[in-house]
Amino acid sequence: MLGWEFPPFISGGLGTACYGLTRGLDRLGVSVLFVLPQSVEGTEATHVNILSPSVSTDADLPENVFQPTRAAVSDSGETPPDFQRVEFHAVEAALRPYESAPLPTDAPLSAGAADPSETVLSVSMDSEPTAGGPVDSDGAAQPREQGPDAGPVDVSTAAGPGRHYGGDLFSEVERYARSAYGIARRSEFDVIHAHDWMTFPAGMAVANLSGKPLVVHVHSTEFDRSGLHVNQRVYDIERAGMHAAARVICVSYLTRNMVVGRYGVDPRRVEVVYNAIDDNGPARRNLPAISKDEKIVLFLGRITMQKGPEYFLAAAKRVLGIMDNVRFIMAGSGDMIRRTIELAAEMGIGHKVLFTGFLRGDDVRRVFRMADLYVMPSVSEPFGITPLEALSNDVPVLISKQSGVAEVLTHALKVDFWDIDEMANKIVAVLRHPPLHATLRDHGGIEVQSFSWNDAAAACVKVYKLALG
Amino acid sequence: MASVCFYFQVHQPFRLRRYSVFDSDARYFDDNANREILQKVGHKCYLPANGMLLDQIERHQGRYRVAFSLTGVVLDQFERYMPEVLDSFKRLAATGCVEFLSETYHHSLSFLYSEREFIAQVELHRRRIKDLFGQTPTVFRNTELIYNNDLARRVSAMGFKAILCEGADRLLGYRSPTYLYHPPGLSGLKLLLKNYRLSDDIAFRFGDRGWKEWPLTADKFAKWINQIHGNGYVVNLFMDYETFGEHQWSETGIFDFMHHLPEQVLAHADNDFQTPSQCAERYGTDGEYDVPYMISWADTERDLSAWLGNAMQSNALHELYRLEESVKGADDPELLEDWRRLQTSDHFYYMCTKYFADGDVHKYFNPYDSPYDSYINFMNVLDNLRTRTRVTTDEESVAPA
Repeated sequence: MLGWEFPPFISGGLGTACYGLTRGLDRLGVSVLFVLPQSVEGTEATHVNILSPSVSTDADLPENVFQPTRAAVSDSGETPPDFQRVEFHAVEAALRPYESAPLPTDAPLSAGAADPSETVLSVSMDSEPTAGGPVDSDGAAQPREQGPDAGPVDVSTAAGPGRHYGGDLFSEVERYARSAYGIARRSEFDVIHAHDWMTFPAGMAVANLSGKPLVVHVHSTEFDRSGLHVNQRVYDIERAGMHAAARVICVSYLTRNMVVGRYGVDPRRVEVVYNAIDDNGPARRNLPAISKDEKIVLFLGRITMQKGPEYFLAAAKRVLGIMDNVRFIMAGSGDMIRRTIELAAEMGIGHKVLFTGFLRGDDVRRVFRMADLYVMPSVSEPFGITPLEALSNDVPVLISKQSGVAEVLTHALKVDFWDIDEMANKIVAVLRHPPLHATLRDHGGIEVQSFSWNDAAAACVKVYKLALG
Repeated sequence: MASVCFYFQVHQPFRLRRYSVFDSDARYFDDNANREILQKVGHKCYLPANGMLLDQIERHQGRYRVAFSLTGVVLDQFERYMPEVLDSFKRLAATGCVEFLSETYHHSLSFLYSEREFIAQVELHRRRIKDLFGQTPTVFRNTELIYNNDLARRVSAMGFKAILCEGADRLLGYRSPTYLYHPPGLSGLKLLLKNYRLSDDIAFRFGDRGWKEWPLTADKFAKWINQIHGNGYVVNLFMDYETFGEHQWSETGIFDFMHHLPEQVLAHADNDFQTPSQCAERYGTDGEYDVPYMISWADTERDLSAWLGNAMQSNALHELYRLEESVKGADDPELLEDWRRLQTSDHFYYMCTKYFADGDVHKYFNPYDSPYDSYINFMNVLDNLRTRTRVTTDEESVAPA
């Protein structure tokens, strides 16, 4: 399995998804060899020692979250019981999580950073645990030496002129591919499972080398991240990966339509596997309610174009025209944070909108406990795990119809992201009518329990079998 | 002896328009949608089905009889959007072979919340039926066949001689709905129990190709009716009139089936067709039907959970009926009518979360994507209606100087 992030180093849903899927596969008896880039940049490198379970904006991670420490990589005996059949390989890469790390203001990377770049190199279908096997401790150490042999890995040919992305990321993608190729040469596996474009070149290279089928997993596309200002180079990599793959997994039908419509992939090769939420998550705890005089409406996610923060503010303004005792919390960071703060001030509602910055771990739980409603006004959301996390924290949700999760979540309020009047109408209703709040919370809380990573992993195994013919 | 007793329910609610918290006018209903739906159902169901019944009644010269319950709100809509349907019902009434039953004018749940309002609506409906069809109903059916012992006592006191209700297995036990029963302590009141198996064979299963009895012919159905000879007197076939042409499309052959049924049933000398009041007159009761809690004909639960199954529904109903005093005190006929149209049970049915995740039956002409949208819309309308009661009351308190 080729991935770009893994908890606790995640910036969004991709890392959470890789964690959940890998653990689900492990429980199904599938052995996973997970190749993960590891930051070589100063402070980033220390993150591996962080013991806090959660770094993600949307993370409500289980307490026993796996720590991809160097120790674990070199000594599989330290892997928690849940990951008996998972072998982690870290390869050097300048890891740049989208929002968890403040980006230089001029770095257009943030748009591309929408997806964590986790690379899962391979999945072997036998049930033999490989955890006890030899670990390629040099897998990460020697990527450049592998380079010359890695003929098939040539990201530059697949990539057009990159305007929005720094050359940095593309060279990291290439370096990652070379390392993965090197690891693959010394490993046994049956299927290659690559998550999002950063790992597609690696996936294609490994597929060429090994002759094993490639499955690419699309958590988001360039159109989701960049709207109409698509980076051609990224698009080309995505397209090449999807076309090279025996099967494409999409996180929703919304994304599947995109893959078929905009990337020209044969629909017969495209499957949908919905994301889930961790079944060991810190679900309902009977914590005392926080007493407060105000109602709180929560936005939690990256503050970027894709997530629609300006629609949240516009709806907030409409709500405040009707009721006064409401506060709007925007939790998260991103390339639009400054503009969003300014916008709130310009609209004259600055005193009613609170920006918390990037939240992690217990702070995420705390903000959920305070919230009366979670709103996800995304302009384009391939799936959207955060609403599931809100529900599992007893917070009712209002979600954009332009999201994959809206396809499967029934006990949620739904609205077109651009329809700010209707968004405001629904926000007011939840705040004014406790029975609505209670019904959404109770039914949603039950419904969310049916989103299991184990089921998602089982669905992936079916796709593997299709890919293997 | 087997008397087949057909009763068809005819109802369409006044559906609400999208009413946001930012709206402030007093136009609550979606006239376009209501007209379109009524005309669509009118052409697919009401007109052709009425025509077929009229043919059969004339052909069998008094031996084929049926009963209808038409809600006041559907009559209002016929009058406004499709008067030819009303005319065809009048022609049916003129045959003398069609009985019209009593119910609440607004197809409401008022019995559960306000006896005063319940009585007022039954009276409104009684007058409307008398005006249109020249009959005064003597048999009562409550909205969705919602029924319990208390309702029987109330309705008996209002002078009705019979009530239609669901023949629920858990209450009947080994007994059969082919007999008439009476409520505890009210031996003079006849209860006609829906034969849900045979009714649902027509209403729900008729077009189901997976059903082992498919295709259902009039001949086969008549044989099932004959099987009750010696074990009861009545086969109460109660169903929505929209079964014909709407729930079961014309293509299923439902009209052919109904066309041939009378002659197949009447082919046996011991069979006939009777209306509910005729059954009540002709047959005595065969024991008590004790219903201490509320039952209905809805869903598999046959209880109130379709309208009162979650906190939103309960809240909306309570808030609505809490306005009774101020609405009636305002002496504003339009306000009163709007308030009554909000009582129609469909508004609460749309808020049902029971089968929502399965995307099930509650979808029939449901204008909402979700029960939550339905509740939000209803509460916005109710908020506006509440402000009207205040304005009117305020004016009144100032006016009489």
